[in-house]
Amino acid sequence: MQISKITEEQQIADMLDWALAGKHGLTIQGAGSKAGIGRPVTTEQGLDLSGLTGVEMYEPAELVMKAKAGTKVSEIQSLLRQSEQRLAFDPPDYGPLLGGAAEAGTLGGIFSANLSGAARIKAGSARDHLLGVQGFTGRAQAFQTGSRVMKNVTGYDLCKLVAGSYGTLAIATSLTFKVLPRPEKTRTVLLYDVPLEKAQPIMNRGLSSVHDIAAAAYLPADIAATCDIDYIRGPGKSVLALKIEGPGPSAEFRCTAIREMFEGEGAQEELHGHNSESFWRFVSNASAFAGSERPLWKVSLPPANAATVIAAIRDKAEEADYFLDWGGGLVWVQMPDGLADGGEGLVRGALDGAGHATLIRGSEALRGKIAPFQPQPTAIQKINARIKDGFDPENILNPGRMYEHEDVKVSS
Amino acid sequence: MLMPKPNADVLAKRDALVAGLRRIVADPEGVIDDKDDLRAFECDGLSAYRQLPMIAVLPATVREISDILKYCQAEGVNVVPRGAGTSLSGGALPLADGVLLGLGKFNKILEIDYDNRCVVAQPGVTNLAITDAVKGDGFYYAPDPSSQIACSIGGNVAENSGGVHCLKYGLTTHNLLGIEMVTMDGEIIRLGGKHLDAEGYDLLGVMTGSEGLLGVITEVTVRILRSPEHISAQLIGFPSSEQAGDCVGKIIGAGIIPAGMEMMDRYAIHAAEEFCHAGYPLDVEALLIVELDGPEVEIAHYQTQIDAIAKDCGATVSRISETEEERMTFWAGRKAAFPAVGRISPDYMCMDGTIPRSQLPKVLKRMNELSKQYGLRVANVFHAGDGNLHPLILFDANNPGELEKCEAFGADILKLCVEVGGVLTGEHGVGIEKRDLMGEMFSEEDLKQQQRLKCAFDPDGRLNPGKVFPVLHRCAELGKMHVHNGELPFPDIPRF
Repeated sequence: MQISKITEEQQIADMLDWALAGKHGLTIQGAGSKAGIGRPVTTEQGLDLSGLTGVEMYEPAELVMKAKAGTKVSEIQSLLRQSEQRLAFDPPDYGPLLGGAAEAGTLGGIFSANLSGAARIKAGSARDHLLGVQGFTGRAQAFQTGSRVMKNVTGYDLCKLVAGSYGTLAIATSLTFKVLPRPEKTRTVLLYDVPLEKAQPIMNRGLSSVHDIAAAAYLPADIAATCDIDYIRGPGKSVLALKIEGPGPSAEFRCTAIREMFEGEGAQEELHGHNSESFWRFVSNASAFAGSERPLWKVSLPPANAATVIAAIRDKAEEADYFLDWGGGLVWVQMPDGLADGGEGLVRGALDGAGHATLIRGSEALRGKIAPFQPQPTAIQKINARIKDGFDPENILNPGRMYEHEDVKVSS
Repeated sequence: MLMPKPNADVLAKRDALVAGLRRIVADPEGVIDDKDDLRAFECDGLSAYRQLPMIAVLPATVREISDILKYCQAEGVNVVPRGAGTSLSGGALPLADGVLLGLGKFNKILEIDYDNRCVVAQPGVTNLAITDAVKGDGFYYAPDPSSQIACSIGGNVAENSGGVHCLKYGLTTHNLLGIEMVTMDGEIIRLGGKHLDAEGYDLLGVMTGSEGLLGVITEVTVRILRSPEHISAQLIGFPSSEQAGDCVGKIIGAGIIPAGMEMMDRYAIHAAEEFCHAGYPLDVEALLIVELDGPEVEIAHYQTQIDAIAKDCGATVSRISETEEERMTFWAGRKAAFPAVGRISPDYMCMDGTIPRSQLPKVLKRMNELSKQYGLRVANVFHAGDGNLHPLILFDANNPGELEKCEAFGADILKLCVEVGGVLTGEHGVGIEKRDLMGEMFSEEDLKQQQRLKCAFDPDGRLNPGKVFPVLHRCAELGKMHVHNGELPFPDIPRF
């Protein structure tokens, strides 16, 4: 594949004209740090947007920033930190998980994949923070949607479609998004040796309390053992973690209250400041599974089903590793090698229709063979195909990246 | 306000359509064709515009909805869905040749699921009924539009409703987990559920705020939150709106996200005070209500900071609610601002633009000039935290030409919002009210791209036509594409 490095918007328009005229597919990417997610895209020509960089607008008191799609997420985060602000959805960095470098991912990438970290349960997803998008559709038309204000119901919210569409509908060139204050303090309450069956009920009790828990995760002992924070790895037990954020006195008060609430549920510990932050990065980035090539599934499901779904998977594949995030609503499952479908049948079968499973890591051969994204019912497939057709009628943008049927024209 | 021209062929077969719908709807009173009975549906919350529907149907099951839509699709009949009919933008305004689909019978809460912290409800359940169903156990549903006592949760999804607490807790879209819906061709589909995030294209995201143009919502799953431990409100008065606006920016700039932050101008303060004696100071030009929630220690911590900021910004009055009753009184005035203004003027029209907050002084100044120019008074209430303005334009519809003058004034205000970087509507929706202003905010091509989404759900354009989009394009026309030359551009840019 030939890859052209884009440095200005007009080049995209011209490339799109060319692609349309000859019906050439285009691989659209930022830094390519998430290229391993989804079905393999095979085109002769690619567009690399990582050179389209820069913050175009940042107004801390208005809680809003606008930047070009190729800007690195890590750069945005450092800039926000200077004003004591942050991206509240905890953008995860899957670079190392997918065998690449850390901190390479771009803004366009994180929003196009709609990836959110541990804070997702309270702060919302990447898509919830996306206010406006400028870019091009597969019609080679400049397009914009949304705005720069928090509250906007003017017309259809096409930002929602851009988020999570992996560059199959439009090429985003500029994104406007909401930013929020960084909390003064973060603390994490740890409960050791909670069995899996009790993990989600305990997290639910915490999340249902008045203590405004910002994140909740559960690591079985073998996963906790891979973390380099002593308090997590040291005891050799499973770890259930509840995150608290806020001004100093409030974080302290709630931390104590939560510890009292769970007295009798086993030994406890507390992570402060730096340790707390690096622990939640470990959870958000699924770092426990970095350094392997085994098939890795990210499963979103009703939290109360977590233990049953894990039991069903491990019943058939006992070497499957897992941990829980989002209070049980997110289960990461690393399947053993040697399953022809990478565990697709097992994982999706265990869900029994409630939730969805995405193959985040798998060999190119596997990704070409199975459906990395949860297959949709026919009625929804039909709408999706028409949406694709409306944005990209010649199927030139990342053809086939999400679903095989993108390749096929569906008549209305 | 021009609506699509009624289709004479459809009107001519009205009796046959009534008979056809009666075969689908089991309840003999579920199909309404009597003119007097249809009167109940002639308008929504935007009562300046009225239109009798051709027929109204009140289905009782999802199967009936599916069959009605399939039937209307086959017969080439337009359909307007309606929840509680509280839309302030005319989203549920009937069509002369259309079937009005009322969802009032879908009024049951289907499941309260504390293990997954969510509630599953039929679309006709009111917003407040969801909170009422769970508040005994200490939970609530966060979005709280001021019509929450009457507005339906299905309507909230269709309009992506907000409320006074959305700065901290988000809009409907941030609190919605799943829906069941029926498309115009009668397909029943489920989007989302009790889990987070969409897989594939985010159809749930685009359904939210789609104003009844994409599908009929038949079930809603929303997340519920634990009610905060303590809530406290603070009234802060300023000698000028500029100072109040400055204070709002500084509070947020200090890293504080209050649960709610509302602003009222002098006219609104006086109207509200006269109406419900909330104890508002009358010698200020602008009043802020800042609400904080959380543990007492956090509230106290922030209130100390806010006091200092307010003083620094020139506040002349500052009062913290001592009791829950007092907090409710602070809010009573704000929540009654619309009826209070309604009492001192024969008619009023409520606008709904959002602006970048820093533009507030400029917008208020220009609005005062426009008020003089049009000779119509305007009162302002403002969701200050998120920049959502609600100017209330006072007029008397009995004076010939005054409604039109009010519409023109309103349009100027919304154009002004767009001009300063804001939007036409923050939470009330486009409907028919702002339909013809869409071109102020979007290019022709951007509007076409939005309509292509409509085509994906409803290729024949049968659902709620005449709303949101100023020009109705046929889907076939929208699908056409112009292809330029075919040379590979930029031979000189780096290729790897």
